[in-house]
Amino acid sequence: MSKAILYDATLCIGCKMCEQACAEQHGLPYDDNIAAEQRQSDHKYTVVLNQDGKYMRRLCMHCQDPTCASVCPVAAFHKTALGPVVYEASRCIGCRYCMMACPFSVPKYEWNKTWPLVRKCDMCSERVTKGLPTACAEICPTGATKFGERDDLIAEAKDRIAKGQGQYVDHIYGLNEVGGTSTLLLSSVPFEYFGFKPGISTVAPPLLTQGVLSHIPDLVTIGAVGLGGIWWLCNRKEEVAEAEGRQAPKKA
Amino acid sequence: MLKRKITFWRVVLAILLAAGACATVLRFARGLGASTHLTDDFPWGLWIGFDVMCGVMLAAGGFTLTAAVYLFNLMKFKPIVRPTVLTAFLGYLLVVVALLFDLGRGYRIWHPLVMWNPRSVMFEVAWCVTLYTTVLSLEFSGVLFEHFHLYKLLRLRRMILIPLVIAGVMLSTLHQSSLGSLYLIVPNKLHPLWYTPLLPVLFFLSAICVGLAMTIFESSLSSKHLHKQLELPLIQALGRTLLVMLCVYTVVRFQDLLHRGVFHVLSKGGWEVWLFGLEVLLVSVAPIGLLLVPKVRESAKGLYLAAVLCLLGFVTNRMNVAITGMEGSGRQQYIPKWTEMSVTLAIIAFGFLVFALAARYLPIFSHDVASPAIEKSQEVQAEYLELSHVEE
Repeated sequence: MSKAILYDATLCIGCKMCEQACAEQHGLPYDDNIAAEQRQSDHKYTVVLNQDGKYMRRLCMHCQDPTCASVCPVAAFHKTALGPVVYEASRCIGCRYCMMACPFSVPKYEWNKTWPLVRKCDMCSERVTKGLPTACAEICPTGATKFGERDDLIAEAKDRIAKGQGQYVDHIYGLNEVGGTSTLLLSSVPFEYFGFKPGISTVAPPLLTQGVLSHIPDLVTIGAVGLGGIWWLCNRKEEVAEAEGRQAPKKA
Repeated sequence: MLKRKITFWRVVLAILLAAGACATVLRFARGLGASTHLTDDFPWGLWIGFDVMCGVMLAAGGFTLTAAVYLFNLMKFKPIVRPTVLTAFLGYLLVVVALLFDLGRGYRIWHPLVMWNPRSVMFEVAWCVTLYTTVLSLEFSGVLFEHFHLYKLLRLRRMILIPLVIAGVMLSTLHQSSLGSLYLIVPNKLHPLWYTPLLPVLFFLSAICVGLAMTIFESSLSSKHLHKQLELPLIQALGRTLLVMLCVYTVVRFQDLLHRGVFHVLSKGGWEVWLFGLEVLLVSVAPIGLLLVPKVRESAKGLYLAAVLCLLGFVTNRMNVAITGMEGSGRQQYIPKWTEMSVTLAIIAFGFLVFALAARYLPIFSHDVASPAIEKSQEVQAEYLELSHVEE
């Protein structure tokens, strides 16, 4: 039932209409200067990178098990049943752990505001809830960005790679990365070329901290009993001495 | 004791606090972008790396020493419990102050207490730090109750002291280690010299080392500037324990590097390797080398030197984890802006000021030798009256 976005770099012509549609959808400014910016920011949730004529779109990956949602101390992020990972601004305290922890460095900050918030692509959650495709997918003139059921899009991506006669890297980025994402990418050149970090695990990062956190209740009970026991043992000497009518042995 | 006159350190203090005030205005009037060198690529800087990570670490003396005295019944350390608990309490309060600077919306700092996310390490740290600061305030409250002759409250506090100490040790164990766990989630961003599944263990062990070193450091400072002498045998005992703990830490640290097979990174060079070298030198080589020499670990000056080196070493370690090790993943180098440094220095200066004032006006350094066995109110009362008399 979960929705996803499939971006196929081989179909992209770099027209940046997705950038513009995204800005309009989210009430952000957009002009030639902003169009020229080659990075995501608090006013640019998606960007079409141009690396020597090769295009690649960057946007939130909408992980199946989102790192941002797991690290946020106030649960400001959550993944909806439909797929988008959304942000509740009214909860955010501004610790920026999401930015630090995101394996794709997607969340961006309003550094120039006095009371800033985190900003990122929300997969047009409002539209998706109404059954509409994302603004970027709707506007895309070549079908490079496609919106649909995640399972269907995976099948289609596999099909494109199989029929592509080697024009694709044999890899659907996001199929297994960090346990799977709802943004799926196809490319004709390796993803590292566009600055994707090499060696991203297929294990969802939240599992790394969950393993440690899950021991805490046990640790607390064992620790409390153990320390209580140590106190009893170490202080018993004096109690015994007192009961026997002797003076407690001076330690100092 | 302290005369009201202009001294070198008072001038320094005034300058640091004034500069901090300017930086504070800039921070809250213009926001984080104008007052820091933080960026989307490098969202955590000096305020997290030093003020929070090192601040919490340097306050570790509180749980180390209260455990030694109240749980392990090592009563000979009782005279230094109060200054250590005070330092810890101040340390945590200052960490909260630093957080108000660093958080984008500091006025929502209470949100983690009502908006839960038990999967978040940060959520756990927030709760532990809140609870532990409460525990420290109760542990420290004895000083105030005594100062204001509130004996009923003092007796009440005595009744809950042991559960309080146990809670304090547990909470400290959890969040000291969890500050390391915060970084478990960034295997692709943190440099392999510092990223290890053992981060929580290493952070906990180093907190104990720092707790011991801070106690030595403070004792020496107090005796120098406040003329409150602590007995040398106590500091010597702390020094011996520190030596053992440093050895344990070093063994774990190097076993981990060995098992993860990252020594080859050292041959690659770069400033990460140099800063790793500095960390190892200051944490392990120098203090262990010094403390192994009997003459050094028996002299007050030698112990002071070893403690300071060890503290600098663990500060380097925390900064390496939070800044050096994370810089490689960003596209730029991070050097704190003057405002960031100024706020940090002002917070430290403020800490020293409050400690000095507390040492001056409250019974922090009085030699409270009361055994917990003495519970009869009259005896307690008489004893405290006598003590407060001595204080004056």
